Amino acid sequence: MLNIGNKQKRVDGPQKVTGKATYAADIASPFYHAYVLQSTIACGSITAIDTSAAEAFEGVKGIFTHKNLPERLKNKVDYTDPLSPPGKPFRPFYNDKILYNGQPIALVVAQTFEQARYASKLIKVTYEEKKFKGSLSDNLKNASADRAPEPASNRGDFKKAFKNSDYTIIREYRQSRNYHNPMEPHATSVEYKSDGSLVVYDKIQGVASSLKYLNGVFGLGADRVQVKSDFVGGAFGSGLRPQYQLFMATLAALELKHNVQMVMTRAQMFSFGYRPEVIHTMKLGCSKDGILKALSHKTVGETSTFEDFNETIVDWSGLLYKCDNVNLEYELTPVQSYTPLDMRAPGGVSGVYALECAIDELAHEAGIDPLEFRRKNYVDYDQNEDKPFTSKELMACYARCEEVFGWKNRKDLSKTEPHLLKGYGMATGSWEALQQPASVSLSMNEEGTFTIKCATADIGTGTYTVMSQIAADKLGVSIEKIKFMLGDTAFPDSPIEGGSWTVSSVGSAVASVCEKFKYRIADIWKRNNPDYQAVAFEDISFQKGKLEYGSKTFAFTEIMQQASKEELSIAHSESPAAGQNTHSGYAHCCVMVEVTVDKDLGIIKVPRLVNVSAAGKIINPKTAENQLLGSMVWGLGMALREEGMVDTRYGRVMNANFAEYHIAVNADIHDIHTEFVEEKDDKVNPLGAKGVGELGIVGLAAAISNAIFDATGKRLRKLPMLLDDVLEA
Amino acid sequence: MRPFTYTQPETIEEALTASVTNTDSKYLGGGTNLVDLMKEDVERPSQIIEVADLDFNTITSNETGGITLGAMLSNSETANHPDIRKNYPLLSMAMLSAATAQIRNMATNGGNLLQRTRCPYFFEVSMPCNKREPGSGCGALEGANSKHAIFGWSESCVATHPSDMCVALAALEATVTLQKPGGTSRTIEFTDFHRLPGDQPEKDNTILPGEIITAIDLPNPKFQTNYHYLKIRERSSYAFALISVAAGLQISGGKITNIGLAMGGVAHKPWKLIKAEAFLTGKMPTKANFEQAAELALKGAKTLSENEYKVIMGIKAIVRALEQALAKTA
Ligand SMILES: Cc1cc2nc3c(=O)[nH]c(=O)nc-3n(C[C@H](O)[C@H](O)[C@H](O)COP(=O)(O)OP(=O)(O)OC[C@H]3O[C@@H](n4cnc5c(N)ncnc54)[C@H](O)[C@@H]3O)c2cc1C
Ligand code: SF4
Repeated sequence: MLNIGNKQKRVDGPQKVTGKATYAADIASPFYHAYVLQSTIACGSITAIDTSAAEAFEGVKGIFTHKNLPERLKNKVDYTDPLSPPGKPFRPFYNDKILYNGQPIALVVAQTFEQARYASKLIKVTYEEKKFKGSLSDNLKNASADRAPEPASNRGDFKKAFKNSDYTIIREYRQSRNYHNPMEPHATSVEYKSDGSLVVYDKIQGVASSLKYLNGVFGLGADRVQVKSDFVGGAFGSGLRPQYQLFMATLAALELKHNVQMVMTRAQMFSFGYRPEVIHTMKLGCSKDGILKALSHKTVGETSTFEDFNETIVDWSGLLYKCDNVNLEYELTPVQSYTPLDMRAPGGVSGVYALECAIDELAHEAGIDPLEFRRKNYVDYDQNEDKPFTSKELMACYARCEEVFGWKNRKDLSKTEPHLLKGYGMATGSWEALQQPASVSLSMNEEGTFTIKCATADIGTGTYTVMSQIAADKLGVSIEKIKFMLGDTAFPDSPIEGGSWTVSSVGSAVASVCEKFKYRIADIWKRNNPDYQAVAFEDISFQKGKLEYGSKTFAFTEIMQQASKEELSIAHSESPAAGQNTHSGYAHCCVMVEVTVDKDLGIIKVPRLVNVSAAGKIINPKTAENQLLGSMVWGLGMALREEGMVDTRYGRVMNANFAEYHIAVNADIHDIHTEFVEEKDDKVNPLGAKGVGELGIVGLAAAISNAIFDATGKRLRKLPMLLDDVLEA
Repeated sequence: MRPFTYTQPETIEEALTASVTNTDSKYLGGGTNLVDLMKEDVERPSQIIEVADLDFNTITSNETGGITLGAMLSNSETANHPDIRKNYPLLSMAMLSAATAQIRNMATNGGNLLQRTRCPYFFEVSMPCNKREPGSGCGALEGANSKHAIFGWSESCVATHPSDMCVALAALEATVTLQKPGGTSRTIEFTDFHRLPGDQPEKDNTILPGEIITAIDLPNPKFQTNYHYLKIRERSSYAFALISVAAGLQISGGKITNIGLAMGGVAHKPWKLIKAEAFLTGKMPTKANFEQAAELALKGAKTLSENEYKVIMGIKAIVRALEQALAKTA
């Protein structure tokens, strides 16, 4: 039976539900525990820091501050990681300067976590405080395009086309900050070996990133440190760059020559990267019959004062619909906070939110059904890059979504109580289908079990499962015969797990290494069976762990006995498919939602969400559906719940906990339906598969916003849309 | 957290004595509020006296025909008790809207009354807060105050009391029984139990040092048919109320003969709507009357920079709660 396309259960499921899966903080070695003290001002400097009481406290093993940072960490040390944006990365304890409220200013290492945390409270810090300069809105005068990368080039004559349009809109949309809150907080466990080498268990989306950072900062090459990350309890971008707990645990381990572990508290999860606050200005114009004539999208986003974090936001507006007159602008504004960080569908979520709200508003102005409007402006090539798509079955998504949701007859759907308004909205979503270079190795043992290794990660997305499925099919063995191993710097290189490219990149490499194995085993078989010397490879098949030729079968394990071990250890490096250059690869979806709005109380509910996606070959419909469900739940949270509240006077995040930073809860989630349409793609990569880890969150907030308008006649042009927004609008 | 000693007295006398010996003590109920605040360094007792296991964990009838709730009984056991469900469904409904099942299983009735405000400045020790640190200023007054009070606040504190249970208890005109070191006990009206901040926001209520809550008494069963607890919050569960309304009606001959009405999320204490109650008593339960009562109730509200919405939301919430209470007649 073929595995690809099957709803294969997670191969690591039993480990996860029985607690045997070891996350970074689950390593059982005897550790010292590290706790970070954070600054309580946003700007200024530390004038004095008295650690004596903390040092004297029971169990305390060491305290690190800017006062005692080892000299060698100051001299020409490279603090960048592979995904550092332009600028100067944050350097913990580098000097007495305070760059943001919540900055780590001291590290206490103690026998127990509780001792370390309490001792941190005994440290007395004196500051010279400067006034916090406020958030994005307070600093717009400093917005600059120079700090941001250039968006896709403008085309046509926007101004003229806008002026000549029959219907136009000019609108502003705002999104507040969202903080990363995967279930597993960030953690690093460092084992200090007797020879001074380290084994580092890090929460990271690619062990190579941690290694690069450790090498740059501490001069630890691959010969002196091994980074591992077997399991990651959700990351969504928060593990793309090494976070400060890696620095802390490593510094302490090296200095104290002891195992050290640091686990962030939930509150500390609000002390580093986040999805930035952005403000979009949209100007759109169309003709009487709803043909998009002019589109301008300008976004101003926040970044830190030390790095220019950027996202691809406005380019999406040049991509999603046919439009010949397009103007795209992107600016960054530094604020006194930590640098923002990629978060699930970074940029796409933001850009498409603004675009899909604006499209809905324009369709409404023109008196055209929003779905019809989108069909009218469908585009089948990438106007930003002037390239065809590798495939694009978005029309099929529209059709299927329309049918499943009942879009045409939506207004006839059941009536409700007088105060409860019902509304329907939709949006288009899209995400890149990229492929990156990836390497893997494969070996087979005497029992015919295959071990495939790659330094990639499984951040909950199902990498273990999907890779096992691909290998099982390609090799013609049952999935139990595949042992896929990841998250180790000793394994062949992989791109970081992000951008929804893991299936495409690592999956293609796995498929190829299996293919190589088949050639190899066929060669050995021919070499040792002179009768078959002339058999063509095409006439052989591989099934159930056997090589089949005509009516004869030969078990891999038998053939293996005639080979050397080295012969059956195969390495492979896969480069992106040629189609990645000549074509543009994107996955697409259509999302439709039903909302109810209590017009008196402002309560917004979402009884129904439907997403129909086109994402090439779906390797595992079960894990793919999981990804969509998770991203749609998050999309709802982004639309209606999540808001990092920063005090405008002190720059402190005021809701750094799960009671007050509202992520969606079970009771918020009702009917969610997801489907995939068939999409054949022979260009995007050898598997024809596109990633779905991010697709489902793109467009969702816009669809909800559009539905709220449909229900109430009010446009709430901000995220999240809260009860008081409904009442005040 | 800070080092502390922990005692588990067998009797209430022992508990009271322990609190006299060390005046820097805190009683421990379910710990769902106290322990969180200790972790954040907001509460800093040097001694913890566990009271959750003391013998005040039953529900019994009292002399006045009402019912006595043991202070150490869990919120879950109280809310799900058949007598409460049948005779005081308003209380049950309010309690079940709070927190999560897990927290309600731990939380005690006494602890619920004494839970502290959710004002973020109170929780964050690096921020000014008069309630936590008298004289340090009120961080919320000109800060993030969208969830703060519109009634009874002072320049020194604009916090609200977060409990749902207490809003129902105010509507039901409960009383609280406290026991003092030395053995004497006293009983106070529920509306006198919590206080307004004035210039002493560090005092949430009128409990005296060392006193233990032993019981909450409810008068005769009321509002078994026409009741509603409306809780407006930013997500469908596991969130504190922006505004809540506990409404109970007794209707006879087409008129309201008895009414209990209180609001949560608007003041430093559960806010009993005495004027609205008086206005509606003897009147017909019509929407127009509900609306007038609601307007009356919100008169005098004083909003802060970010919570203006609470006035309109409050009016609508009162009307809705009364309508829902009325609708149960059928
Ligand atoms: C995340 C979260 C969400 C929540 N959501 C809600 C909500 O939506 N609505 C709501 O109403 N509540 C909510 N709560 C609060 C919850 O109801 C209270 O924490 C709980 O009722 C407190 O009871 P406890 O027994 O755990 O008190 P403890 O934490 O044990 O004690 C609280 C205080 O009371 C004192 N104390 C306890 N018992 C006695 C006694 N018998 N005599 C004298 N003093 C005593 C303690 O010393 C302490 O000062 C939430 C709590 C959390 C953590
Ligand atoms: S409102 Fe009260 S609790 Fe909040 S900061 Fe002000 S004084 Fe403190």
